[in-house]
Amino acid sequence: MTASLGQILLVAGILFALGVFCAVVRRNLIMIVLGIEIMLNAVSIAFVGAALRWSNLEGQAFVLFILAVAATEVSVGLAMVVYAFRRTGSFDPASFNLLK
Amino acid sequence: MSFYTFLFYLISAVVIGATGVAITRQNLVHAVVYLIFSFFGTAMLFYLFGAPLLAALEIIIYAGAIMVLFLFVVMMIKIEPERGAIFSLARAGEWLPAVAFGLIYMVVAVLLIARTPGMGAGLKLLAASPGQFALFVFEHHWFSIEVVSMLLLLAVVGALQLGGKRDRRVDAERAVKGEE
Repeated sequence: MTASLGQILLVAGILFALGVFCAVVRRNLIMIVLGIEIMLNAVSIAFVGAALRWSNLEGQAFVLFILAVAATEVSVGLAMVVYAFRRTGSFDPASFNLLK
Repeated sequence: MSFYTFLFYLISAVVIGATGVAITRQNLVHAVVYLIFSFFGTAMLFYLFGAPLLAALEIIIYAGAIMVLFLFVVMMIKIEPERGAIFSLARAGEWLPAVAFGLIYMVVAVLLIARTPGMGAGLKLLAASPGQFALFVFEHHWFSIEVVSMLLLLAVVGALQLGGKRDRRVDAERAVKGEE
């Protein structure tokens, strides 16, 4: 007997809120991508908890794909961050004002 | 309260604490290392909820590859730290609305979860061995696996294209801007 689904969803929700906070408030491109990773992780916890609740392996299968997609998105995202840094010399999104 | 419920509370506290510390760090390397702690905790949660293969994959892929990639980028590029304290009251307009709305959302989420009928009962412990999990995935989702392999190929091509040969024109632009 372990925690109920409500408590698992609460933990996942708090983690998701922390990830959103990191992605929205921090003025650093790398912290924004880190916030996205935290959000994906929180959702994975919710999926595995739901898989345990309904004894269905679909939740765990989806987490496998979340892992793969997160790896893809981080590699391309960091490549873009490095390229943007080379173009503008800073990680602050407010300094990307070449269109002005 | 059973032993596994106590374990769940303990691991959740560590995960939330480590994540909370990670998002408030000035030093990016510290933030990434705290996040690695958080992912270890998540892997333990996966193991507790009966997904041992996912726990291993989380440590290998998430903490072992993705966070190391972050560390490569952070250590390769010299980053000047953000000016002043991050969450100073003088610039409260940057983070206070986010916190306020986030708290409102959390209250609503807690109320919604508490009102849903089937949420209160403790969960029976089950575990899916890697063999069972693999059989399930390859039986029902084999096509998605093929699509994901294509996606990874695209990611390799994209990363090579974006980070490939140095663009001399871009470097010249930056040199000129640096001299101004």
